[in-house]
Amino acid sequence: MPATDPADDRVVIQTQGLTKVYPGDLTAVDQLDLAVRQGEIFGLLGPNGAGKTTTVGMLTTRVIPTSGRAEVGGIDVVAHPTEAKQVIGVVSQTNTLDRSLNVWENLYYHGRYFGMSAKASRAAAAEHLERFRLADRAHADTATLSGGMAQRLMVARSILHRPQILFLDEPTAGLDPQSRIALWEILGELHAAGQTILLTTHYMEEAEQLSSRVAIMDHGRLLALDTPDALKASVEADTVVKVTTDGDAAALALHLERMEGVASVNVIDGTVNVNLKGTGRGVLPRVVEHADRGGFAISDLSMREPSLETVFISLTGKDLRD
Amino acid sequence: MTTTTLAQVRPSRQAATGAFVALLARDLAVLLKTIRAFLLRTIMQPLLFVFVFTYVFPKIGQRITGDFSTLIVPGVVAIAVIFQGIQAVALPLVQDFGYTREIEDRVMAPLPVWGVALEKMASGAVQGILAAAVVFPLAAFIPVSTVHLHVNWPILLTVVPLAAYLSAALGLFVGTRTAPQQVPLLFSVIVIPITFLGATYYPWGALKAIPWLKWAVLVNPLVYMSEGFRQALAPQRLHMNLAMIYLALIAYSALLTWAGLSGFRKRVLA
Repeated sequence: MPATDPADDRVVIQTQGLTKVYPGDLTAVDQLDLAVRQGEIFGLLGPNGAGKTTTVGMLTTRVIPTSGRAEVGGIDVVAHPTEAKQVIGVVSQTNTLDRSLNVWENLYYHGRYFGMSAKASRAAAAEHLERFRLADRAHADTATLSGGMAQRLMVARSILHRPQILFLDEPTAGLDPQSRIALWEILGELHAAGQTILLTTHYMEEAEQLSSRVAIMDHGRLLALDTPDALKASVEADTVVKVTTDGDAAALALHLERMEGVASVNVIDGTVNVNLKGTGRGVLPRVVEHADRGGFAISDLSMREPSLETVFISLTGKDLRD
Repeated sequence: MTTTTLAQVRPSRQAATGAFVALLARDLAVLLKTIRAFLLRTIMQPLLFVFVFTYVFPKIGQRITGDFSTLIVPGVVAIAVIFQGIQAVALPLVQDFGYTREIEDRVMAPLPVWGVALEKMASGAVQGILAAAVVFPLAAFIPVSTVHLHVNWPILLTVVPLAAYLSAALGLFVGTRTAPQQVPLLFSVIVIPITFLGATYYPWGALKAIPWLKWAVLVNPLVYMSEGFRQALAPQRLHMNLAMIYLALIAYSALLTWAGLSGFRKRVLA
């Protein structure tokens, strides 16, 4: 398809009707249409089992689609996997560092796999060790690295061959909070340098913090796709009030739905989430008063701004956590 | 941080060849790093075998026919080679598929999935050839009775690589079909029977006394390796037909390559 719109030139990941059905009729990804633009950090947000990893698997040639098309950097991943692999870098969910090699060698040989000369690969390895603050561990055994360091090394390795697109599958799952923030900083720097990044996550803060645009997935389907701000605006609420009652949560939800300014109400794990217009001090008393008038006793109450989780809940009626 | 220039996409054949060579270089670098472990695992069994059967037995007066040493040298070399297939290819793969998943990264190198598997076999075959080279002098010089070897170089130089490749292909096949918890079983059910019934401690022709066994062991690829080495090292004995040996070595290599590659593909791609 010739690109006539200049904006189209900048699409570096494209899927059309991308579908994966695993044996046993398990549809992991269902008719997915995505277009990721160059330089974006694109977040795939969804609970475990939403189809995020399968999507990344297909885009990175590891999972063969049942139907549909997928292209990275304009290369069809099914028809031309060897070319496609050259334009992508992949950080998978598990630690796939080469345990037989030390830290430096992990980078050096990666460069060699991707056709860099010995000299260029040595230079790139040294540069990346420096950049990812691993220089003092250059000759360390990868088994001795902390989780955060191992993750930094995986990211360093994945971009060593200068891929057009970087894929990160749940990059901060299992990392301590400090390492998570350190990784966010690294991704921020890569983004600033123009790196296109697609990351999957089930942490809504991560998607919200990092992503230029977020695709919300559940059961293999794309539910919503926009900037984090636009997604949050779509809830049409300024505040989310979580209400816990000793009584019937479903009845309380019905009752609160009739309150003025309420956009929507969901019950998650026995807690009533009220999405409503208005912010500030007046909000909580209004909710308490309204509940009281219905004869409901409130045992706990909190308020916060709408987040991507609010969006997810209003789209699916369930929590991101599983 | 500056904007980086992106790597150029190279034609797939060029990229794949480069990645294949680099993966091989990586494996050889790891082999060099662990050369002591390689030597230990390669030498130990043949060393003990040769020591007990050709040194201890004659010394303690166990009756062993005259050129027993000559007969078993080829078998000992064949065992050393086939063990490399298990140790250099199968066991690392079992570990990789079962726990470490390192293979997921190797598969992202710019070559087809079968290329990654082929590289595993190539590196296993190189280790098999090295093992033959290391074990051969041991088997030839330790025995107390003289070993009458008449090296037929053309046969030796063709059988060694063929046997090494076959062993690596067997390793790939076994490695892609064995779960980590089945490894002990792998030894008792596959490795031990293959070695004991592989015409290693006796020439295949000698089994004429037990006709059913003589034919049954023909399913064992090690038989052709041992007989091939026997043809190459001790040609004075009446052995299996040379054409049959080559044919079987090639056929088994092809079959195991096919089965190994498809197993590898199944384990790596979803």
